[in-house]
Amino acid sequence: MTVDLPGFADPVGGAQECFRAVLDAMARPGAIRAAACPPPAKLHAATAAVLLTLVDSETSLWIDPALAAATDWVRFHCGPREVEASQADFVLAASLPALDRLRAGTDEGPDESATVILQVADFAAGQRLRLAGPGLRAPATLDVDGLPTGFLAAWEANHALFPRGVDLILCARDRLACLPRSVRIEKG
Amino acid sequence: MAYVAVKGGERAIDNAHAWLAETRRGDQAVAEIATDQISEQLGRAVDRVMSEGGLYDRDLAALAIKQAQGDLIEAAFLLRAYRTTLPRFGYSTPVDTGAMHIHRRVSAVFKDLPGGQILGPTYDYTHRLLDFALAAGAAPPAAPQAESGIAAMPRVSDLLDDEGLIEGDGADEGEPGDLTREPLAFPANRALRLQALARGDEGFLLAMGYSTQRGWGGTHPFVGEIRMGEVAVEITPPELGFAIDIGDITLTECQMVNQFAGSKTKPPQFTRGYGLAFGHSERKAMAMALVDRSLRAEELGEEATAPAQNVEFVLYHSDNIEGTGFVEHLKLPHYVDFQSELETIRRMRADAGRAEEMA
Amino acid sequence: MTPASDDPNAERKAWMRVLARASAGDMRALLADCPALPPHIRLRGPEVGLVMARGRIGGGGGAFNLGEIAVTRCTVRSEAGQVGHATIARRDDEAAELAARIDAALQDPARHDAMAARVITPLAAAQEKRRQDAARRAAATQVQFFTMATMRS
Repeated sequence: MTVDLPGFADPVGGAQECFRAVLDAMARPGAIRAAACPPPAKLHAATAAVLLTLVDSETSLWIDPALAAATDWVRFHCGPREVEASQADFVLAASLPALDRLRAGTDEGPDESATVILQVADFAAGQRLRLAGPGLRAPATLDVDGLPTGFLAAWEANHALFPRGVDLILCARDRLACLPRSVRIEKG
Repeated sequence: MAYVAVKGGERAIDNAHAWLAETRRGDQAVAEIATDQISEQLGRAVDRVMSEGGLYDRDLAALAIKQAQGDLIEAAFLLRAYRTTLPRFGYSTPVDTGAMHIHRRVSAVFKDLPGGQILGPTYDYTHRLLDFALAAGAAPPAAPQAESGIAAMPRVSDLLDDEGLIEGDGADEGEPGDLTREPLAFPANRALRLQALARGDEGFLLAMGYSTQRGWGGTHPFVGEIRMGEVAVEITPPELGFAIDIGDITLTECQMVNQFAGSKTKPPQFTRGYGLAFGHSERKAMAMALVDRSLRAEELGEEATAPAQNVEFVLYHSDNIEGTGFVEHLKLPHYVDFQSELETIRRMRADAGRAEEMA
Repeated sequence: MTPASDDPNAERKAWMRVLARASAGDMRALLADCPALPPHIRLRGPEVGLVMARGRIGGGGGAFNLGEIAVTRCTVRSEAGQVGHATIARRDDEAAELAARIDAALQDPARHDAMAARVITPLAAAQEKRRQDAARRAAATQVQFFTMATMRS
C-alpha cells in the first residue's frame, strides 16, 4: 500500500480546528462550517478532515465500498479497526446507509451509537430540509444535494429512538453540516 | 461516598505546591540532579517505575522519579497519567525471549545447561556491606571482557520439553485481552492475569509469592531459569505489510518450575509459572512467576484455599496505582459523610441513655 | 548486512533495524560525508505514540500484553520520489525523521550504494561492537565449575 499524501499540515492545530467545526455544527443543526485537508481519491476535503479528526486506532470504522479507493489513506492516517457497518463507531458512506441497521446505542449508553460521515455533493441544490429542535431557536433550513428520497422517513424513525439513534455528519467539498439525532426534520 | 465542594483552598494549594517544589529541589547549594543521572545511575528504580507504570521509556520514568522525589508509586502514577495522552499505534509481534542478547542467565535446577550460568551484573554475591567508597565518588574499574562473547542460548523450558516431564508452553490462543482497553472481568484467563501481574506492585507480588513458599498454597518452586538482557521489538505497520524491528528493550524473564503430584486427568509432571518484566527486575519477575503458578490452582485441579490462589483477590489488589488512589482518597474531605455518621452516633447514644433512664 | 533469505523485504528490513537503533547525532555525523539528502515532505509525523509490547505465556505459548513502549514514527516522501518510513522505540522526533529520510534514500537506486556504505555499514558495525562488548562482559561472568575427581570410583 502506498500513501503519498500528508494529512493536516499542522496535525494538532488542524484536528482541533476541525473538531471545533464539527462541535459547532452538531450544536447548531444545519449550520455550515468549513473543514479541509488534502483529500485522497474519492474523498472530499471535509470528509478527509473529519476522518483525521475523529477516527483513530481506538475507534472502529466501516468504509462504503464506493469509497474503497480511499481505504489505504484511511489506514495510514487513522488506523481504525475495520468492521461491519452494524458494529462500527463510525460509518463512512457515499450514499445514505440503512440507519436502522447501525448501532443506536442503549438508553444507559446512548454514546455507544454510530456516527455516520456521509459524503454528499453539495449544500446548495437538492432537498430542502426544515430543521427544528435543540440548538435551534427558530427552525432552520439546509439544502442537501445527495440524500435519497426515503431520507425523511428513515430520519423520523431514527429521531424517534432518542436518546438512542445515530448522528450524521454531512460533508461536501470543504464544508460540513450536522444532523444530530435530536433534530426534527421536515420537508422544506 | 459523597464529597462536598469546598472553595477557598486555592491559595493554600498554590502555596503548598510552591513549597513542594522548593522541598523537591532541596538545598540549592547542592547540585541539582539531572534526569540522565537518574536513568543512568538509578536504573533499578527506573525499571520498577516503567514496569508498574506499564510504559517503557527510561527518560520519562527518570523524570517521573525526579518529580515525585523518588516516591516510586507516585512516579508510576505519573507515567500512567502521561500514557493516556499518547495515541496507540498498535501491538508488537510477541517478543522472542529465546533470541535475547543475554546479560544474565542462571538456572537453579541444571548446573550444566547449554550456554552455562551467566551471572551478569548481579547483587546476589555482594556482602550487603555499605560501600563508603561510593559516597566518596569513585569511578569503577572497567568490567573484564572474555576473549569471545556468549552465543544466543535456548530457554531452559525448550531444553526440557522432550521427556514430557515438564509441561510445555501451551497452545497459542489467539488475540489476548487487553486491560488497558477493557476493564478487568472474571474469569480472567492466563493472558489477562499475566498482563495484570506484569504491571502489578512488586511489593504486593513479593508478599503473595512469599506466602506460597511459607505454606499458603505451596507449589514447591525451583528457578528453572532467570534471564535478563535485550530483546528486539517488532511491529507490522499496515502500510508496509511486513514486520520491522523498532529497537531493543531490556526484559527480565523467570521460568519457575513447580512440583505437581498429578490429577485425575494429568500424570505427575513439573508445571511452570512465568514471569516477565520490563528492565532488570528480577525480584518482580520471580514473584510474578510464583503468583502466576499459584493462580493456576483451579486449572490444575488443586484445592484453592490460600490468598495467592484466589484470582480475584490477587488481581483486584495487585495494582498499586488503584490501591494508592483508593487508600489516599480517604484524605479528601468527607465532611458530609462524617457529619451524618456523627449524627447517627449521637442519636444512638441518646437512645441508649433514654433506655437506661427508663430502666 | 547480508540478508540470507528469499524475503523480498530482507534488505530493507536489515537497514531499518540498524536505523531504529541509531542516534540522531550519529546519523547526522555520517550524513555529513554523503551527498546531501534530497528535500522531502512529511506524509505523517514525526509523532510520538505507543506500541503495546507482547510476550508469550511461558516464553513460547499464547500471546499476552506486557506493557506499552513509547515510540516515534515518521513517514516522508523525498523529492526523488521514494516513501521512507521509520518507527523507533524511543521518543526522538529528529532521529525518526532522519531514519525515514535515510530509508527513502536507500530505496533510491542513485543513492543506495553511497548510503549503505557510508551510513548503514558504520552504524551496523558500531551496534554490533556494542552487542559484542556486552556479550564478552557476560561471558566473563560465566561460572566455570570445577569438578572434584574422586579417588575411588
